[in-house]
Amino acid sequence: MQELRTLIGKEITLEWRQRYALNGMLLYIVSTVFVCYLSFRLKSNQLTPITWNTLFWIILLFTAVNAVSKSFTQERAGRLLYYYTLASPQGIILSKILYNSVLMLILSLAGFGFYAFVMGNPVGDLPMYLLTIVLSSIGFASSLTMVAGIASKAENNGALMAILSFPVIIPMLLMVMKLAKNAMDGLDRSASSDEVLVLLALDAIVVTLSLILFPYLWRS
Amino acid sequence: MKNNWWKIVAVILLSYTIYFGLMGTVPRRAILNESIRNVYFHVPMWFAMIAMLSTSVFNAVRYLRSNDLSYDIKSVEFTNVAILLGILGCATGSIWATFTWGDPWPNDPKLNSVAISMLMYFAYLILRGSFEDEQRRARISAVYNILAFSVFIPLIFILPRLTDSLHPGNGGNPAFSDYDMDSQMRRVFYPAVIGWALLGTWIATLRVRIRRLSEIED
Repeated sequence: MQELRTLIGKEITLEWRQRYALNGMLLYIVSTVFVCYLSFRLKSNQLTPITWNTLFWIILLFTAVNAVSKSFTQERAGRLLYYYTLASPQGIILSKILYNSVLMLILSLAGFGFYAFVMGNPVGDLPMYLLTIVLSSIGFASSLTMVAGIASKAENNGALMAILSFPVIIPMLLMVMKLAKNAMDGLDRSASSDEVLVLLALDAIVVTLSLILFPYLWRS
Repeated sequence: MKNNWWKIVAVILLSYTIYFGLMGTVPRRAILNESIRNVYFHVPMWFAMIAMLSTSVFNAVRYLRSNDLSYDIKSVEFTNVAILLGILGCATGSIWATFTWGDPWPNDPKLNSVAISMLMYFAYLILRGSFEDEQRRARISAVYNILAFSVFIPLIFILPRLTDSLHPGNGGNPAFSDYDMDSQMRRVFYPAVIGWALLGTWIATLRVRIRRLSEIED
């Protein structure tokens, strides 16, 4: 527990020292949203709520892949080796997952705020939509962290990160989009309980697997 | 002979399947008509693919526990055969869908799930290609294999059942065994499943042997 706290503290310090990376991610999501805004403004009345929702989640998907893929590459191999002599693999992967979840939470909430600001906000049930964003941030971060670990071991990991992560994340993305659509249409919350459960189950599977498999990954 | 009896069983079962699959009597169903015979060829492809992928994951786990490269070879070859079976499954399904649903690739959750899982396993092959070092390649692709399989299972078995699907057994439809298979069909269907799975295993073991031989030659 102590180890976990120290490791998360280390991630946050590291991020704070390289503020340009965090600012870069925020700018990335803001400029993507703005590009979408400018592109769709041409036919402003044709953006149906479904398109609005889909577009938002696609933006978030790309932001997530970009944000998480740097979690293993921003530190040099020598330094990683040094951490591995100090901490347990479970501690490292768990701290990275938690840290990436927080990062994704900040990015996606900021992204949602800006998206709703420029593109309008057709959401019927806002608390439920925000809950969806929270659940998806945790889910995206946990599944992508493990994939980022795998991709960082290979050369040419930018392209590899995309092809490895998209299929793995699609089941989660489909669930999240369905949940978000329910929230947007303002459906009764009991209608979404199935999706929430499946989402939590998928999160649990991915986190457990990361804990089991990461010790094998870091040894190489 | 002692170790090869299952190959003979595979040949017998598949000859039986092909003969009775094409010549046997089948129940008359609306829309399906004679195309119901595709049950003997399309459905077993997926059963066999899942069996191959399970074997592959089993070997990946054994590799991680032992660091023995022969398990890695088995793991990748079983995945290759699973991909082949998946492509055949898509092809047979596509033909079937053209005549029953009127579209070679209808927008159906099960089809989309399968397409995603094929992408996942193609990515596995590309991941393997990006490593030079054998042990490293084996370890990392074993890790990804396990991860991919654990996404594959909910993708194929759970998510399509939550939505509407054209496939029987999904979206509240009863599974095919409940309504469109009679005991006559089951007598062909179950041997077909075993036969295709055995044939897949046979191809995989042959490929494992070829790979071992080529490694000795190097």
